[in-house]
Amino acid sequence: MIIDTTEVQTINSFSTSGFFKEVYGLIWIIPILTLILEITIGVLVIVWLEREISAAIQQRIGPEYAGPLGILQAIADGTKLLLKEDLLPSRGDIRLFSVGPSIAVISVLLSYLVIPFGYRLVLADLGIGVFLWIAISSIAPIGLLMSGYGSNNKYSFSGGLRAAAQSISYEIPLTLCVLSISLRLEIGRNDQVVHPYDSDLDSSTVDIVEAQSKYGFWGWNLWRQPIGFLVFLISSLAECERLPFDLPEAEEELVAGYQTEYSGIKYALFYLASYLNLLVSSLFVTVLYLGGWNFSIPYIPIPELFRINQMAGIFGMTIDIFITLAKAYLFLFISITTRWTLPRMRIDQLLNLGWKFLLPISLGNLLLTTSSQLVSL
Amino acid sequence: MILSVLSSFALVSGLMVVRAKNPVHSVLFFILVFCNTSGLLILLGLDFFAMIFLVVYIGAIAVLFLFVVMMFNIQIAEIHEEVLRYLPVSGIIGLIFWWEMFFILDNETIPLLPTHRNTTSLRYMVYAEKVQSWTNLETLGNLLYTHYFVWFLVSSLILLVAMIGAIVLTMHRTTRVKRQDIFRKNALDSRRIIMKEDGRDLSRREAYIYNEYISFGSPRVSGFETSGGALECSLD
Repeated sequence: MIIDTTEVQTINSFSTSGFFKEVYGLIWIIPILTLILEITIGVLVIVWLEREISAAIQQRIGPEYAGPLGILQAIADGTKLLLKEDLLPSRGDIRLFSVGPSIAVISVLLSYLVIPFGYRLVLADLGIGVFLWIAISSIAPIGLLMSGYGSNNKYSFSGGLRAAAQSISYEIPLTLCVLSISLRLEIGRNDQVVHPYDSDLDSSTVDIVEAQSKYGFWGWNLWRQPIGFLVFLISSLAECERLPFDLPEAEEELVAGYQTEYSGIKYALFYLASYLNLLVSSLFVTVLYLGGWNFSIPYIPIPELFRINQMAGIFGMTIDIFITLAKAYLFLFISITTRWTLPRMRIDQLLNLGWKFLLPISLGNLLLTTSSQLVSL
Repeated sequence: MILSVLSSFALVSGLMVVRAKNPVHSVLFFILVFCNTSGLLILLGLDFFAMIFLVVYIGAIAVLFLFVVMMFNIQIAEIHEEVLRYLPVSGIIGLIFWWEMFFILDNETIPLLPTHRNTTSLRYMVYAEKVQSWTNLETLGNLLYTHYFVWFLVSSLILLVAMIGAIVLTMHRTTRVKRQDIFRKNALDSRRIIMKEDGRDLSRREAYIYNEYISFGSPRVSGFETSGGALECSLD
């Protein structure tokens, strides 16, 4: 009889010996702080990128006064917002009003746990991997609803409802696309007997990137799931509430929607959440579709020189991080260009697109993926 | 320690669901209960189910609850009504629930409880991690789609019934309502659609100029003769 008595002890004991293990676990604070620092610098870079690219599209000069080439513009914006007065609506729900932006930021920041920047450069290599991002991004609409409701303002409330409706509508095609990737369509697996206890079919992000590493450029999931890639692009733009899906924050329609009554650092938190969401979406596009940290030019022996140092060398890790960020920049560029090119969609067009167009297409993509796996294409 | 923190938060949030004055606060505490339960599931090793809790319960069900509850017209006066009149029936139900809990609780942790049911102590056996490491998702899929597929299909039928119920409740009688596609009508016969400010319809000349504006952005000819034959062809 196999009874693991130590497990029984862990569930039963409320106070003994669990405490010291958790104190030693505090060593994890160093990688977490490093990641937060990287993310913050990433957001500053994205803000600057957005200003510069939008200026180029509109044929004007972007920021040029704050630092050389306007690099410190984001810090200037952040400092300004930090020093502004923190207004509270007089008859709104103050606690909900204050907590709302925090929930939006927390849910986005937690998603960074599972993004791999390199083979060992991931904070938490979970078995459920990508699904953690999907689950935690489902909490963000709660923050938006709280902000809209707590503002005691009809337009904010309406904006909050629209933002939550948009978020929950586009979660489903996103989940289905991620599911299609987790099915791990293997090319050329005909001769191998798939072991029934093969447990590499999990949603771990590291495994998803590793599965794309074989043929360099041609091993990307982009070619295996082209429809899924397009649906994922559109859905993640809608989840980030970027144009053309900007209606909850629209200036003309809803006077900045659920963000109307916010000033100072709480508005900065919404701003931050928006760009953090954009960064995490672009990193997920890289990990899921563009091959992650793999150096994707096939048949060049240069990676072989790095393979020796891949597991442990600092140089290899730096190259991996650099490749990941370079690929993420592609999606960032696409989304920033899209923002300054396409007009905004109306809320009913937006919801129609999510439910009536992208959802059936992503279901069809899932069906296609599973049936082609049956045929072992 | 995490177990005690999570479970106590869950219990307190559950209590606050019932005791909060504002219904929106109630639903938000409800969400907090699900968050804490999700944490408890992770402690049990059911990582996939914890994420499913977040996606389904918080991301869908609680958000829809919030949509409805936020539209309520809360009169503060209604909230301070008599709660003591609920005490008899709710007291009995609460006591029955509490009595059932004693059948489940493990005797070793609370040695002072006067229960004699030692045969139903909770034993936690982690077989799956010893023999072969399947993920939660694989285990669920292996059972749900093979041995218990009937239950899966029945639950999907239940959801279908719920969906049909929602559609039936909210659908207008579209077969008897006369709707019109305004853009198509405008394209076909713009004279009847467009009215001038003083209530008159457009004359044929004005309709022709309107059509020119629509098609080309400006009238091609500023003054022209309206001969019946040419206009009838152009307003096709």
